[in-house]
Amino acid sequence: MWDYSDTVKEHFFNPKNARAMDDADAIGDVGSIQCGDALRLTLKVDDSNETITDAAFQTFGCGSAIASSSVLTEIIKGKTLDEALTVTNQDIADQLDGLPPEKMHCSVMGREALQAAVANYRGEVWQDDHEEGALICKCFAVDAVMIEDTIRANNLRTVEDVTNYTKAGGGCSACHEGIEEILTTVLAETGEAFAAQASRKKLHEEKTPKLPGKGLSNIERIKRIERVIEAVRPQLQRDRGDVSLVDVDGDTVFINLVGACSGCQMASLTVSGIQQQMIEDLGEFVRVVPVPAGSAAGAAA
Amino acid sequence: MSGSMKGIYLDNNATTMVDPLVVEAMLPYFTEQFGNPSSIHSFGNQVGRTLKKARQQVQSLLGAEHDSEIIFTSCGSESDSTAILSALKAQPERKHIVTTVVEHPAVLSLCEYLEKNGHTVHWLKVDKQGRLDLDVYAEILTQHRDDIAVVSVMWANNETGTIFPIEEMATMASDAGIMFHTDAVQAVGKIPMDLRYSNIDMLSLSGHKLHAPKGVGVLYLKRGTRFRPLLRGGHQERGRRAGTENVASIIGLGKACEMASEKMDFENNEVKAMRDRLQKEILAAVPHAFATGDVENRLPNTCNIAFEYIEGEAILMLLNKAGIAASSGSACTSGSLEPSHVMMAMEIPYTAAHGTIRFSLSCYNTMEEIERVIEAVPPIVAQLRKLSPYWGENGPIEDPEKLFAPTYA
Repeated sequence: MWDYSDTVKEHFFNPKNARAMDDADAIGDVGSIQCGDALRLTLKVDDSNETITDAAFQTFGCGSAIASSSVLTEIIKGKTLDEALTVTNQDIADQLDGLPPEKMHCSVMGREALQAAVANYRGEVWQDDHEEGALICKCFAVDAVMIEDTIRANNLRTVEDVTNYTKAGGGCSACHEGIEEILTTVLAETGEAFAAQASRKKLHEEKTPKLPGKGLSNIERIKRIERVIEAVRPQLQRDRGDVSLVDVDGDTVFINLVGACSGCQMASLTVSGIQQQMIEDLGEFVRVVPVPAGSAAGAAA
Repeated sequence: MSGSMKGIYLDNNATTMVDPLVVEAMLPYFTEQFGNPSSIHSFGNQVGRTLKKARQQVQSLLGAEHDSEIIFTSCGSESDSTAILSALKAQPERKHIVTTVVEHPAVLSLCEYLEKNGHTVHWLKVDKQGRLDLDVYAEILTQHRDDIAVVSVMWANNETGTIFPIEEMATMASDAGIMFHTDAVQAVGKIPMDLRYSNIDMLSLSGHKLHAPKGVGVLYLKRGTRFRPLLRGGHQERGRRAGTENVASIIGLGKACEMASEKMDFENNEVKAMRDRLQKEILAAVPHAFATGDVENRLPNTCNIAFEYIEGEAILMLLNKAGIAASSGSACTSGSLEPSHVMMAMEIPYTAAHGTIRFSLSCYNTMEEIERVIEAVPPIVAQLRKLSPYWGENGPIEDPEKLFAPTYA
């Protein structure tokens, strides 16, 4: 089971302020039974100075959800609403002497319940701005939504990029497969294919070696590209699709996917498959980019 | 465990205690007879003979026709991977797999991975009791008979204990000319089997589920079944699984299989009686609780009870404090966002799926222990329900939508 701190266990076995409060001045409900975590935070507030005079909770959830709720009520009692709002989820986790990475969302839920309760007291509508995805990197507790957003915001291309921006994947390497899947999906949104780079940068090899394929004549190069396209067509036609070559610009090969292929979820897989085949046949790196039929290479970029 | 009270272990589907007699049988093979069975000298060849005996002990429990049908591996997962990948490699023209949505991750994750890499997987669904629809299965076999490389279906489900009609399904596959593999990790030692009279081509078992140590498993491979090894290298296991034999553990597994044959009746009578009493008394004492799975057709040692409106990990922590070990299908115990895929496949509502607890017994449990668990469970459930915002004074709140309305769902 989890390696919970003694403080977490203490707050779970003997939770503080666990009760329904019938005459609450503020109620903050967060979570849902689907996720397996739900918390109701109730507050008594002194109107004259907006001070929290009492706090109570009811929680449906695991050990750390109950412990986070319990410690939260202890932290905020006696604070003004504004002071309470400065409490972060890290404060909650710290007060519990830490939480396992998979369980940090329990502390987040505590903070959100607090925001919801304060909004309720002030007659405001609290909007949840936190979307949580499946935990991808367990070493640094980074979830899928965080990785997706960071890739989009920064145009990331490689697992190494993702590690540099989010730390995800910088530890045990177990989540690299998951990160590559996210990269493939997100890049496919803009019609780009994810190209797996060779593993980590070699310490003794800073410069990329010259690839043998650079010696091909332009004619020979285009011929080979066409040959790869021709080779995959029968397979795509079987699935009522097709592919044609649009243009070649430097190391970028523009292709057009039609019929059942275009827009299909498998499109990105098809594109990466073609790209892989071309890289092997040409002996050089090329990026395969799907574009609408007839578009000029420049317009696609 | 608390105080001087001895812990009560009801998590035998996760792993079992190694029987002291098994340990005793293994010990000489660490220090006295440590030789490599491949060696010519007397340190080694003695060991080779004992491996043969262990192979026959496994053969006997499974009712296999030949001892050469037993391949020792490192675990159940390795056996599963070997079986499925072998079927695909040996029949490259066949790219389809048939399996169920309630398999153990050893099969489930592998099939998902193969699906991503261009294979077609036919996922058999289950009904609310966790049962398969054999008409759907028959239809798939008929429609794709030339494309299916292998059918892989677990003999018994690890979470609910539900038993699938494996022998019938194997015969159906055989009639269609399709290989059949079963992950029998939970079934071996609890259900009598006679593989020589079945159409099962491959079967996986794991040592540590039947009182042998962790780190040893078996792949049963019926004579004549086409095969490709997963690990290539030395000639061990007739070249079907390279790597120096885990001698002591194999000897332990042989001994454990021999003992499992002897205890089969006890398992299906005494252990079953303890399980039945545990379930009956808990359900009588705790409102808003029910047993999941096909309760009429289960492993004799397993029951899975859903406690509504509370969460499994919290139950486990309080049980653990009371000296009782069990396991849960809640999302929190695994660190994922969804409750167990088995509970979701059976459409157990979220209000109950997060609160499922599996009690899995063994022949080492006593009725006295079971009575103590029956005493301990109701107050634990009541204590957590008192904390739950979904629970009112004496029962679930009537209109959760109105009374408890979180900002996001």
